[in-house]
Amino acid sequence: MRTFIGIDLGSTTTKAVLLDENQDVIGRGITNSRSNYGTAARVASEEARIDGRFTLFRRALHASDPGREQAQEFLAALERNFRLVQFLEQLDDLEETCNGQLKSERFAGVAGAMREAITEVFKRLRREAPELYAPGAKRKSDFFRDIAGSRFHVHAEAVARDAGVSHDILLNAYDKSIIEVENRPPGGDLSEKFRRAVARVLETDPHIVDGQTDNAGVIDKTLEIELEETYLVGTGYGRVTLPFSKEHIRSEILCHGLGAHMMYPKTRTVLDIGGQDTKGIQIDERGIVENFQMNDRCAAGCGRYLGYIADEMNMGLHELGPLAMQSNRPARINSTCTVFAGAELRDRLSLGEKREDILAGLHRAIILRAISIISRSGGVTNEFTFTGGVAKNEAAVRELRKLLKENYGDVTININPDSIYTGALGASEFARRAVMA
Amino acid sequence: MTVIQRPKARPADAIKDASMAKQKAMMAAHYDRLAAVPETGEKVAATFVPGNLNELIMCFDLVNNLPEVNAIQNGLRRQSGAYVMEAEKQGHSEDVCTYVKSDIGMMAKGNIGPNGKRLPNPDVLLLSYTGCFTFMKWFELLRREYGCETIMFQTPYMADGKITPDMITYMVKQLKQDVIPKLEKVSGVRFDIDRLREYLRKSAKAEDDLVKTLQYAKTKPSPIDAYFGGIYYIGPIFGAFRGTDDAIDYYRFLREEVEQRIKEGKGPVTPDGDMGKERYRLVVEGPPNYTNFRQFWKMFYDEGAVVVASSYTKVGGTYDFGFRHNPDKPLESLAEYCLNVYTNRNLPMRVDMLTNYVEEYEADGLLINSIKSCNSFSAGQLLIMREVEKRTGKPAAFIETDLVDPRYFSAANVKNRLESYFQMIEQKRGGLRGAA
Repeated sequence: MRTFIGIDLGSTTTKAVLLDENQDVIGRGITNSRSNYGTAARVASEEARIDGRFTLFRRALHASDPGREQAQEFLAALERNFRLVQFLEQLDDLEETCNGQLKSERFAGVAGAMREAITEVFKRLRREAPELYAPGAKRKSDFFRDIAGSRFHVHAEAVARDAGVSHDILLNAYDKSIIEVENRPPGGDLSEKFRRAVARVLETDPHIVDGQTDNAGVIDKTLEIELEETYLVGTGYGRVTLPFSKEHIRSEILCHGLGAHMMYPKTRTVLDIGGQDTKGIQIDERGIVENFQMNDRCAAGCGRYLGYIADEMNMGLHELGPLAMQSNRPARINSTCTVFAGAELRDRLSLGEKREDILAGLHRAIILRAISIISRSGGVTNEFTFTGGVAKNEAAVRELRKLLKENYGDVTININPDSIYTGALGASEFARRAVMA
Repeated sequence: MTVIQRPKARPADAIKDASMAKQKAMMAAHYDRLAAVPETGEKVAATFVPGNLNELIMCFDLVNNLPEVNAIQNGLRRQSGAYVMEAEKQGHSEDVCTYVKSDIGMMAKGNIGPNGKRLPNPDVLLLSYTGCFTFMKWFELLRREYGCETIMFQTPYMADGKITPDMITYMVKQLKQDVIPKLEKVSGVRFDIDRLREYLRKSAKAEDDLVKTLQYAKTKPSPIDAYFGGIYYIGPIFGAFRGTDDAIDYYRFLREEVEQRIKEGKGPVTPDGDMGKERYRLVVEGPPNYTNFRQFWKMFYDEGAVVVASSYTKVGGTYDFGFRHNPDKPLESLAEYCLNVYTNRNLPMRVDMLTNYVEEYEADGLLINSIKSCNSFSAGQLLIMREVEKRTGKPAAFIETDLVDPRYFSAANVKNRLESYFQMIEQKRGGLRGAA
């Protein structure tokens, strides 16, 4: 089947959306942008294709129909096992790369002990891997770098102690290797990985299989459908360094406008707060951009700012919003300068202000800045759609609702759970139109 | 997927057409004249571009030195960044006009002009356009530095959108009672109104050719870029050449060159040679950025975008609506010239002018380059944008850069907005059909 890919290369994450000829989204993929947009683009589109496969499986197994709980369960098991297969493969690659590092002069004299330590760490990582992907298991992130990194750190400490090598040097081997592994484009035959995952399901969860449907057979047959990459459009900050030629590139402002229109056709105003920019976009009834404004050279108050705050507070990015929600007395903060974020924060903490109040104040400051950008782009016309990574943050959303109500009265505010894919969605539609329109 | 496009190794030398080379030679000759002042003993009047009274200055055998042009030259030569920082070291805030800071910094570092030679101290500071308050403060600083005669010729703001007889009377009175006597005193030359009439006659001649040249941008494809190229064109008329035979020659030469381009069906010449297919016709409001001039321009011509009309080419004075220097009304026409400075026009007049440009030059829309440190241009620009958009029905866009502070040029950001704008135009043109 013909598919159309839109890739949004953001400063933090790279997103891909796979669209079919009927304008239906069949897959979405996301990865960290690393410093290599080329690889990030390939990983994200591979992830979208994987997700697309699951959509096709779901269709083939009629998993969304009533009474098809068994098929749903099977697919859930398949997904867990597929992720596990993928994770284990990447672990193999990482171990091999770590061992490859040992040839370098830095490890002269300790190479033997290091090799043993590395083998032990990876043994432990592999042993616990199935738990990471067990039903109901919670992962803080789905990116290999995050999962492997945090677990490597845990095991390396214990193993280094026992093996008599320094913890630092072990981490050093990891740090060098993860960059290499991460920058390697995804390899291997995807269908083959799916088949291995199916085999794992049959082996580990035989109870899922009922006698009536040959799930494995259906999967196998579905894998025969080729996902042809008919046209691709890239957008986002990384687009200029993309390995695409000009006709495959669209501005992210247009892509966000169109993406928001596809999600909510009545949208007239779009706010996007991404990693390094904030955009206010006005669109017409066809999703065509009428006007836009964005932050200039200064990225104060963008998503990256929250990232720094999270680091500074030793918290996960996703924990900021929930903590800020606990505040009843938001601190008054005017500056959202990313550079001064740390100082501002320490200053306020030392004055005895509560963490949740400071955080709530920070979220308000971000939204105030966004409101100013929106008003410069032409204000708010019903309906309003909020997109970008920050739209996932409940504290930011709370402040936005308040400020929109104060300034523009009752406005329908749309926030799609997949809002992070808005730009990629618009890009995929541009790709579809390039061929179909 | 296709191949990775890498930037070219090193930019080739900029391609210039004959008129550009001629203009460059004129500017260089003027700087040499300024540098030679210690030998020639000529006296120097420092004055600003908007509403400058070059013809009057010449009546007193004064050489004009334009601090903004020096700042521009330093911006183009990548010297301004260091000068701006030098001025900040002296206590000038980050928000102060970067022309001023470049000038102050240059003075602090020995006042070396763009030709590598020392610029002379002024004998008189002549402020002939007061719509920009920064100019007044700038000259206050220079007066403190040089302790020379300072003349303030006050130009009333066109708040009601028109020039009244009272305004002219008021300005002529200032010329007679204050400006001319002081210039006589500084120069030791007696004022001769017939000499002024002669210069004004020459000005009008050059002005005719300039206006024709700029209006040739109505042709499709436009043979000129009226913003980036336009900066070359306005150099002599807004600088030290208005009222001279050199200016007459230059503008005739320029007009003929452009007429030839039209005959050949050519678009504008860019630093990389003739521009490719004309895809977008824009009207631009606001001054350009000078620190990354070529890179900035390239973002336009690489996409086939040509500027067909700009407000910046009216920064010294506006000729579109028929004004010419008039030898029969010498002092009155000097007054009128100052009043007609683009930023001396009120916002409705600016909106009218830009709307008229979008329509007359059949442009795809209005682009505003908002300058961080220029209040006289930037105040009200968002409102201007909305209004022009509403009246023309054409999409507008807004970018932000600075005059000569390299720290305020973010290439990725500007490019992002420009590309979005061009694609927006494309989308609008075709509706859904062209939306791909």
